[in-house]
Amino acid sequence: MAQTAQTEAAHHDDRPHGVTRWLFSTNHKDIGTMYLIFALVAGVVGGLLSMGMRAELMEPGMQFFSNPEMFNVFVTAHGLIMVFFMVMPSTMGGFGNWMVPLMIGAPDMAFPRMNNISFWLLVMAFSLLVTSLFMPGAAGTTGAGSGWTVYAPLSTSGMPGIAMDFALLSLHLAGASSILGAINFITTIFNMRAPGMTLHKMPLFVWAVLVTAFLLLLSLPVLAGAVTMLLTDRNFGTAFFDSAHGGDPILWQHLFWFFGHPEVYILIVPGFGIVSQIVSTFSRKPIFGYLGMAYAMVAIGVIGFVVWAHHMYAAGISVNTQAYFVFATMVIAVPTGIKIFSWIATMWGGSLRFDTPMLWAIGFIFLFTVGGVTGVVLSNAGVDRSLHDTYYVVAHFHYTMSIGAVFSIFAGWYYWSPKMWGYMYSETLGKLHFWLMFIGANLTFFPQHFLGLAGMPRRYADYPDAYAGWNMVSSIGSYIGFAGLIVFLFSIAYTFARKQKVAANPWGAGATTLEWTLPSPPPFHTYNTLPRIK
Amino acid sequence: MAIFHRALTILAGLGGLVLSGPALAGEGMASPWEMGFQNAASPIMRQITDFHTYVTIIITLIALFVLGLLIYVMMRFNEKRNPEPSRTSHNTALEVAWTVLPIFILVAIAIPSFRLLFAQYDYPKADVTITATGNQWYWSYEYPDEGISFDSIMVQDADLKPGQPRLLTVNNEVVVPVNANVIVDLKSNDVIHDWAMPSFGVKLDAVPGRLQKTWFRAEREGTFYGQCSELCGRNHAFMPIAVHVVSQEEYDAWVAKQKSAQLDSKGKVAAIEN
Repeated sequence: MAQTAQTEAAHHDDRPHGVTRWLFSTNHKDIGTMYLIFALVAGVVGGLLSMGMRAELMEPGMQFFSNPEMFNVFVTAHGLIMVFFMVMPSTMGGFGNWMVPLMIGAPDMAFPRMNNISFWLLVMAFSLLVTSLFMPGAAGTTGAGSGWTVYAPLSTSGMPGIAMDFALLSLHLAGASSILGAINFITTIFNMRAPGMTLHKMPLFVWAVLVTAFLLLLSLPVLAGAVTMLLTDRNFGTAFFDSAHGGDPILWQHLFWFFGHPEVYILIVPGFGIVSQIVSTFSRKPIFGYLGMAYAMVAIGVIGFVVWAHHMYAAGISVNTQAYFVFATMVIAVPTGIKIFSWIATMWGGSLRFDTPMLWAIGFIFLFTVGGVTGVVLSNAGVDRSLHDTYYVVAHFHYTMSIGAVFSIFAGWYYWSPKMWGYMYSETLGKLHFWLMFIGANLTFFPQHFLGLAGMPRRYADYPDAYAGWNMVSSIGSYIGFAGLIVFLFSIAYTFARKQKVAANPWGAGATTLEWTLPSPPPFHTYNTLPRIK
Repeated sequence: MAIFHRALTILAGLGGLVLSGPALAGEGMASPWEMGFQNAASPIMRQITDFHTYVTIIITLIALFVLGLLIYVMMRFNEKRNPEPSRTSHNTALEVAWTVLPIFILVAIAIPSFRLLFAQYDYPKADVTITATGNQWYWSYEYPDEGISFDSIMVQDADLKPGQPRLLTVNNEVVVPVNANVIVDLKSNDVIHDWAMPSFGVKLDAVPGRLQKTWFRAEREGTFYGQCSELCGRNHAFMPIAVHVVSQEEYDAWVAKQKSAQLDSKGKVAAIEN
């Protein structure tokens, strides 16, 4: 394998330049890079929106937002941006595009041109969403303030302005982009593995991308249908969700969450894959219970499709329906537990190094456990009666999404950036970034459990004075986390300014996947001769 | 100066946290620095609180167990203490154990969970029936059996009397007798709202086109506050719910007074029409 890598390094120069290289790109590495840059920009925008919210919530009373509807617009945009334009583009678009072909020994993705349109559709979708912020929304405000869940009839009769249509069309485009991406990944993984790379030899990150691609392929068409119905309700006089004309607002919730619950696994499953690679690498041990790990992700994906109404315990669904969803939701804890314990078992007996990627991965494992166990609490409809739509839920999903998914993204960034750019990052800055984010995120979100238990509803621009204390702590935590983000941006700049070259495999004997056999950065075209896996 | 003031507030807040320790649970509403549920004022909320305590103990033990394992592997199996990694990647007994044990834990959670869930839907015979209708952005109430109806609108900050909690006080409170089974029918006139009352363990969406039903039995007298719990637009945070629980005699007196007031207003309307 090493010889092929060296011969390929000679073909360095046949790459296009300028517009041809980037706008018309069909190269999985360039497209992956563009996805990462895009996610970074969107992440900064989404992060700034959350700073706006935390600044408002730092003290009771309205300080920064003259109109509470503007706060709702921030909540909505923050959610949509972080889900569709930050997490998904970085895990699937960025790391998926970069690493899946490299890890399975494929020269590129199966449909390189479709890969290009997937990316540029997402850019269009993001521009639509950003434009929506400046379009008329609810009476007297700009922007869509319906929450990322877009519940009808708030998103129909409650949001007369065109901003909502912009946001919905943005969702449409982002969905189309993801469906195309999912088709591309499934085809690539099933058909373009190098000789000898059987499904059961694939790295777990590739398994994670495969499971996620299926989740995308099966859930996003449902969102597309639902969004189309919402758009025709708004603009062409249909009444799918309008009870006054025979429709039902609850129908929207079923359709949305049939997509929305798999969506949360779409956000986190690639993170499982990234963390598996890193834990194995820095323990210098093969992953423990490989098959169990792979099929646990498959199980999480499958069960993820039959638990959607646990988001709707307060919507008035019947008690027997609730009982079923309690049961089904709890089942997810079993494969999740398998993953957590297998990661620890991988480390057990290993020879652990604590480079920056490993810190993020270990941080992920513990914090995802915290988010996971509060999920077990919330799965109980009986106690969700008290916790639904409170800050407890906000704390829970930020522990899994904000801390979980984002920690896995940073883990992946530090793990693969030497490979992708050929430059070593600064360990000091990486570790500073980790500790600021770890402390900041915990300080932000742990007190929100208390706020939720005490009854503070979510999506509130102002709150009764009793909630002031923990909100203050939470806001201070978010500023610390944001300082971490600034350190991250600085560390990227520093990496590219310092230009410290790295070898093909900077991580040593633990890094056994194919991408580490290639030079850093890999040549423009890789595997002109397919590697053989024994 | 504003920054200075803010810094002082932060310090005072953190100092207060250290000194006060976990705050006492609030009565009828949250108390500052509260870390748990508000005081239960209904049998269902007591059950929710007990169940939550039970589950929280289990999940805390699990989280601490995982944390303990992580710390142990980091101390014991780091590069310095264990330079040669093992090659173990399977242990069937262990894998079966960590699949089966969680199932037992989940069963131990599920049994009381289902008991709680079905208790919440075990509607008693109504002593009082109230219809609550969500509007952007206030609640309207109706007592169909007594012929009483009124709107309940949040009192603005400037109009608060001393002692009235900000964002929770309303102009007309719902009044119910203590220890009575109150059935609440929920409707909405525009978008989805949610009638939530933390002390009673009640939370149900008011959905346009649907008539939904929940219930509570308040066990203590006093005023209990809740807030709209489904995003409903601009003033979502400003349509609180206040329930005043009184003795049966006070309730009867209140009903009589409301009835005569409403008759008066109807009488006036009739007079004008004539």
